[in-house]
Amino acid sequence: MPYICAGDPTPELSQKLLLTLEESGADLIEFGVPFSDPIADGPTIQRASERALAGKISLRQIIDLVREVRRKTEIPIALMSYYNPIFRMGEEEFCRSATEAGVDGVIVPDLPPEEAGTLLASAEQYNLATVFLVSPTSTPERLNAIAAVSSGFTYCVSVTGVTGARDSLSDEIAPMISQLREHTYKPVCVGFGVSTRKQAHEVAQLADGVIVGSAIINVIEQHLDDEAAILSNVREFAGELARGVKEG
Amino acid sequence: MQPLPDATGHFGEFGGRYVPETLMPALLELEEAYRVLSVDPEFQKEFKYYLREYVGRPNPLYYAERLTEELGGAKIYLKREDLNHTGAHKINNTVGQILLARRMGKKRIIAETGAGQHGVATATVTAKFNMECEVYMGEEDMERQALNVFRMRLMGAKVTPVDSGSRTLKDAINASFRDWVTNVRTTYLLIGSVVGAHPYPMIVRDFQSVIGVETREQILEKEGRLPDCVVASVGGGSNSLGMFYPFYDDENVEMVGVEAAGESILSGKHAASLSEGSVGVFHGAKCYLLQEDDGQITPAHSISAGLDYPGVGPEHSYYKASGRASYVSITDDEAVEGFKLLSELEGIIPALESAHAIAHVEKIAPMMDQNAIIAVCLSGRGDKDVGGEMGPPLALGH
Repeated sequence: MPYICAGDPTPELSQKLLLTLEESGADLIEFGVPFSDPIADGPTIQRASERALAGKISLRQIIDLVREVRRKTEIPIALMSYYNPIFRMGEEEFCRSATEAGVDGVIVPDLPPEEAGTLLASAEQYNLATVFLVSPTSTPERLNAIAAVSSGFTYCVSVTGVTGARDSLSDEIAPMISQLREHTYKPVCVGFGVSTRKQAHEVAQLADGVIVGSAIINVIEQHLDDEAAILSNVREFAGELARGVKEG
Repeated sequence: MQPLPDATGHFGEFGGRYVPETLMPALLELEEAYRVLSVDPEFQKEFKYYLREYVGRPNPLYYAERLTEELGGAKIYLKREDLNHTGAHKINNTVGQILLARRMGKKRIIAETGAGQHGVATATVTAKFNMECEVYMGEEDMERQALNVFRMRLMGAKVTPVDSGSRTLKDAINASFRDWVTNVRTTYLLIGSVVGAHPYPMIVRDFQSVIGVETREQILEKEGRLPDCVVASVGGGSNSLGMFYPFYDDENVEMVGVEAAGESILSGKHAASLSEGSVGVFHGAKCYLLQEDDGQITPAHSISAGLDYPGVGPEHSYYKASGRASYVSITDDEAVEGFKLLSELEGIIPALESAHAIAHVEKIAPMMDQNAIIAVCLSGRGDKDVGGEMGPPLALGH
C-alpha cells in the first residue's frame, strides 16, 4: 500500500504514478493531500507537500484527479489529509464529492475519534470508509474505541514519531498488533518507517497491509526533473516492495 | 459563568484536541495531572512562592500620568509585566508548567518560541530546576531576536533553528510537535501561549491569570472601582487572556485585544487572525486563523516576532464569537509610534508586542471621559527590540 503526495511533483505525474503503482502490485493507494503545516510528517513528506503546494494544488483539484484516474483503474484509493482542508471544504461536501469521484476512504492523521463525530456521520451517509490511526502509546481503551470507528482498516503507526524511512523496524509493532486484534476483526495495516523490501516482508507476517510512503517519495525526489526516470524507478521500487509483501 | 472550557476541552465550538493519536494519551495524562494539582493547596502555595520570590510579583499597576495628560482623556494604568524576572509575562506560565512537569516526573522540556521571550522564560526555569531544555525557534526569528538566542544558550538551553515554512513561530510550533510525537514518553512540551490542544489553552490561561487578578485588586485599591476597559496585545493571546479572564464576569469592563495589522490589513501582510481570519483547525485546536480558501495556512506578518502567528487561542476565538471581547489591529508603523511615545513620556521602553496595545490606547483614550480608566497590559520590556533590524527604523524617526 504505497503513499504518494498528490501534486508531487505535478498533478499530471501524480496520475501516472497512481497507475504505475497499481501495475507494480499495489493493493490500495494512499493519496496524500498536501498541507502547509504537516505536524505528523518527517522531512521527506514535508518536502513533497511543499513541492505540491508550490503548484497551488487544492483538495478539490485532488478529488478531480481521482475522478479522472477512475476511468482507467479500479484500485482502492484513500485520501490522507490533515483535517483543516476537509473542515474548510465542509465535511458533508467533502464526503459527497470524494465518494462521487471514486475515493474509497479517508485517513485524517490529526483527527482523533473524539473530534470526528461530524466527519463520521457524513462518511457513513456517503459510504466513505474512515481509517483511524492507533499508535504505540494508545491505551487498550483507546485501541478499542479507535478500532470501533475505523472502517476499511485500522492504521497502526509503527513508532512514536513522525513519518519517514528508518533503518530498523520498531519492536513495538508485534505487541501493538496482537493487542489491536483483541478489539477488531477488521484488517490491520502498518505504516510509518517501513522502507525496504525486507521490512515490508517482516511487517506483512504480522499485519494485513504494509504502508510505505517516505521511501517512495525519496525515489521520486532523486529524479525530480526526469519524468521517465521517476516512473521507471518508482515502478521498480514499488514492485520490489510488493514482492516483499507477497513472497519474501 | 459557565466553566470554560467544557469537559471535552471546548470553548463553545472552539478548542478541542486535533492531534495525532500518539499525543492523545499524553494530553489526557497532562489534563488529569493538572486537574489534581490545580486544586492542590501545596502546589498552589509552591506556585505562589516562586511567583513572589523568583518572578518578583506582584508587579505594579502604574499610573502613566504623562501619557494620560498627553492623550487628554481616560486615565491610563500600565500593568508592569515588563518588570518580571526575564522582562515579560511569559515567566508566569513557565514557572507554573515547570512545577507541573516536575510533579509529573518529566525530565526533558521542549518549547517553541517566536520573539524568544517564551524560550528565555523556559530556559530560565529549566536552569533553575536543573532540567534538560531544547527550544525550537524559526531561523528568521533567530536573526531578529539574536539577543534572546544568546540568553537561552547562556542558561544552558539547546536552541534548534527551524528552517521550514515561514521560518517563524508557526514552524517552530510544528517542530516542537514533531519532537513531542517522537519523545512523548519522556518529554514535557511547554507551550508558551493559550494555543494548542486541550488542556494547554486552559493551563496557560490559568497560570497567566495572575495578571488580571492582580490588576483587579490593584485598581480597586487605587481607584475604588474596576476599569472601564482593559487592553492587551494578542498574538497567540496569553498576556491578553491572563488580563481578560479575571474580568470575564465583570460585564461593564470592556475587553479589547490588539492584533498586529503588519504592513496593513489591505496589503495582506498582517497577523490579525481574529479581525480578518476565518474558523479552522490549526495546531491542535479549532480557532480563528489566517488561511486560504482551500484550508492552507497563510503565513502571518508583523514587525513584532511575538505577534507573528496566523492562529490565535480558542478562548479568544470564543470571546470574539460571543462578543465578550472585541479585537482591533495596529500596523507596524503605529506600533513603532507607540513604542517611541511610551519611551519618551514615561521612560518605559515597551516590547514591540506591548507597543501595539499602547498604540491602540493612543487612539481610544482621547475619546474617553477623563474619569474613565483604561488598564493596559505592558506585557514585556523592549530591550530586545532596540538592536538588530529595529535600530534603523526607530532611529529614522528622529
